[in-house]
Amino acid sequence: MDLEELKEIATREHQKQNKTCIRCCTVGGCLSANALEVKEHLEEAVNKAGLGGKVDVAGVGCMGLCSKGPLVRVDPAGTLYDRVTTENASEIVNFISNVSRSENSQSLSPSSYQPDKHPFFTKQLKVVLENSGKIDPEKIEEYIAADGYLGLHQVLREMTPELVIETISRSGLRGRGGAGYPTGLKWATVAKEQNERTFVICNADEGDPGAFMDRSVLESDPHRVIEGMAIAAYAVGASQGYIYVRGEYPLAINHLQTAIRQAKRLGLLGSQIFESTFDFKIDIRIGAGAFVCGEETALMASIEGKRGIPRPRPPYPAESGLWGCPTLINNVETFANVSTIIRKGADWFANIGTEKSKGTKVFSLAGKVNNTGLIEVPMGTTLQQIVAEMGDGVPDGKKAKAVQTGGPSGGCIPAEMFNTPVDYESLAQLGSIMGSGGAIVMDETTNMVDVARFFMEFCMDESCGKCIPCRAGTVQLYQLLTKIREGKSSLADLEQLEELCDMVKYTSLCGLGQSAPNPVLSTLRHFRDDYLALILN
Amino acid sequence: MSITKETVKTHPSSDKRFRMLTATMKRYQYSPDALIEVLHQAQELFGYLEEDLLLYIAHSLKLPPSRVYGVATFYHFFSLKQKGAHTCVVCMGTACYVKGAANLLATLEGKYQVKAGETTSNNQLSLVTARCLGACGIAPAVVVDGNVEGHQTTESAIHRVEECLHYGS
Repeated sequence: MDLEELKEIATREHQKQNKTCIRCCTVGGCLSANALEVKEHLEEAVNKAGLGGKVDVAGVGCMGLCSKGPLVRVDPAGTLYDRVTTENASEIVNFISNVSRSENSQSLSPSSYQPDKHPFFTKQLKVVLENSGKIDPEKIEEYIAADGYLGLHQVLREMTPELVIETISRSGLRGRGGAGYPTGLKWATVAKEQNERTFVICNADEGDPGAFMDRSVLESDPHRVIEGMAIAAYAVGASQGYIYVRGEYPLAINHLQTAIRQAKRLGLLGSQIFESTFDFKIDIRIGAGAFVCGEETALMASIEGKRGIPRPRPPYPAESGLWGCPTLINNVETFANVSTIIRKGADWFANIGTEKSKGTKVFSLAGKVNNTGLIEVPMGTTLQQIVAEMGDGVPDGKKAKAVQTGGPSGGCIPAEMFNTPVDYESLAQLGSIMGSGGAIVMDETTNMVDVARFFMEFCMDESCGKCIPCRAGTVQLYQLLTKIREGKSSLADLEQLEELCDMVKYTSLCGLGQSAPNPVLSTLRHFRDDYLALILN
Repeated sequence: MSITKETVKTHPSSDKRFRMLTATMKRYQYSPDALIEVLHQAQELFGYLEEDLLLYIAHSLKLPPSRVYGVATFYHFFSLKQKGAHTCVVCMGTACYVKGAANLLATLEGKYQVKAGETTSNNQLSLVTARCLGACGIAPAVVVDGNVEGHQTTESAIHRVEECLHYGS
C-alpha cells in the first residue's frame, strides 16, 4: 500500500458517491428500533421502483438523534426522515422517484429535525463524529474516501516520532476518558522509556452508566480509532496494541474485528506499513462486566487474564504497565481525535474550545430530555445550550433540575448553573467532572437523595474489595443514604455521611473509591434541601 | 469446590464442545494470559461455567484452580449457575433509572415471583439486571432473549416476556 493506491481507492469511492444514496442508521438505538428490517424494505422498494442501479441503500453509523430512530437520510440532498417504519419506508423511495407524488403522501414527511436547520445539529461541531452516520462502518474504502489513513501516511513518511508528539502537545488535546491529562505529555513520557517492548492500549471499557459515546464511535467509525492508535504507536515506539472493549457491546466488537481484518488486508496494519519500517498489530480483548476495569491498572490486570484489581501508582503504566513494559493507555475518543489533528494541524485544533480545554467533546444526552442522543460540541458550550436548545428541554412541561455528568465518579450540576461553559476546570469547580461524556438530565420530580443512593449502590457493587475504605466505606455510605431515604435519620447521620465521604475520598486506593463519594458530595452541596426535607419530616 | 482429579480425566473430548474449547486454547497457545478469552468461549459453548469445566480449563492452561475460580467469580459476565430457557435483562443504567427502570424491574419481579439475578423455579425465565447497555437514547431498555427493546413501559415489557415464554423468541 502506498499513497497512490490509497488515493485510487478514494477516487473510486468518490465516483460512486455522486449517486443518490439512502443511508439508514443500523447501529445503537436505531438497530433496536428495527432499523435492519427498515433497510431491507428500502432495498425492496428501490428495486420495485426500477431504481436498482441508480439509487444505493446503505447501512451507516449513528446520526445522533437516537430517540427518534430509526433514522434515514437521503443524500446528496441530506434530507432526514425520522421514526421510519417498515410500513412507510417505501414512501422515501416515492419521494426520490417522483417528487409530485410526494405531496399526496400522508404517512411520512421529512423530519422536522433537518441537519442544516435544527439546533440539535447546527450547534454541533463534528471532529470525532465527522464520519458517523455518513460512512458504512464495515467498509474501509468509505473511510479512506473520507481522508482516512492519510494522517497515518503523513506521520510514517514525513514526520519523526518527536514531531508527532510535539504536534499533539501543541494541539492541547487532553484525555477524553475523564481526568483530562494532557495527551502529548503522556505520549512523551512513554516515548522516553527505553524498553524492548512497549504497548498501546485503547480503553473502550465504557462502564459509566448513561454513557454511550465510545460504543457509538466504535460502531460507526472503527477505523478512526485504529488509525489513531497506529499513529500513537509510531510516536511512542510500540508495535502491539490492544483494544479493551466491553462485552456488553457485541456490535462494536464485531465492527472492530471487521475493521482490523480489512486494515490488515490492505497493509494498513501489520508489518512495514506504508513501506516504512513501522510494524503494528492490534488485538481485541473483551471485558467481562467489571466497572473497575476502566481504571488503567485494573484494565491491564484484566488483559493479563487476571482479576481486574487496581494497584497503587506509581509506577505509572507509562513506566511499568502491561507485563511490566511501558504502556500508553488512552480512551477511544482521545484516539479518535488524533488523525484529524495530524491532517488539519495542531493550530486548527487549538483554535476550537476554551483556553485550557481544546477541541470538542462528545456527550451522550439522555434522561428527562426531549431529544436524546449523541452530540459533539466545542468545549465551552453551556449546559443551557445543550439541554434547552439542542435537547429541546424537558418533556411533559416539567422543569430541569440538574444534569448529572461523569457517571458514578461525577456529580450533579443544578439548573441555576446551566450557564457554566462546559470544560474540565469549570465542571471540577462545581464539584462534578467532565467524565467520559454522559450527560443525564433530571427533572423536578427526581429526588437527589435517590440519585446519590443509586450511584452509591453501583459503587458498592463494583468495588473490587482490595482496599478497605472503598470496600467497607461504600457499604456504610449506602446504608446511611438508605436510612435517610426512608426518613429514619437524624442530623447526626448527615454529619456522619459527610465525614465518611471525606474518609473514602482521601484514603481509597484507586479512582473508583476516590470518586465514589462525589455524587453524594455534589448533591449535598447543591441540593441539601432534598436531604433536609427527608430528615426533618 | 468439590474438585477431584477424577473430573479432569473424565473429559475425553467426546463432547464436541470440548474440542472447540481446546481449539480456542490452542489458538492462544495455552497462554495463561488468555484465561478470560477462554472463559468467554467456554460460557458461549456451555451456557454457564460448571465447576469441572473450570477445572478442565485450569488444567489445560496450567493454572491453579483457585486462580480460574477467582477470575470466573470476579467478573459479572460469567455465570456459574445454569440460566433459564429465556432471559430478560433490565438495564439499570442512569438514563433508564431516571426513566423508571426500578419500577419496571419491581413489576417483573412481582409478576414472575423471581428476584433479579435469579431464575424462576420452573427454569423458564432468568431475570437479570445490566449496568448499562449503552442504549440510553431509547431508555428505559430491556433485552429479551438478546433483542434490545427501547422506550419500555411495564405493560410492553411484560407483553414481550410473555410472548417469549409462550411462543419462543
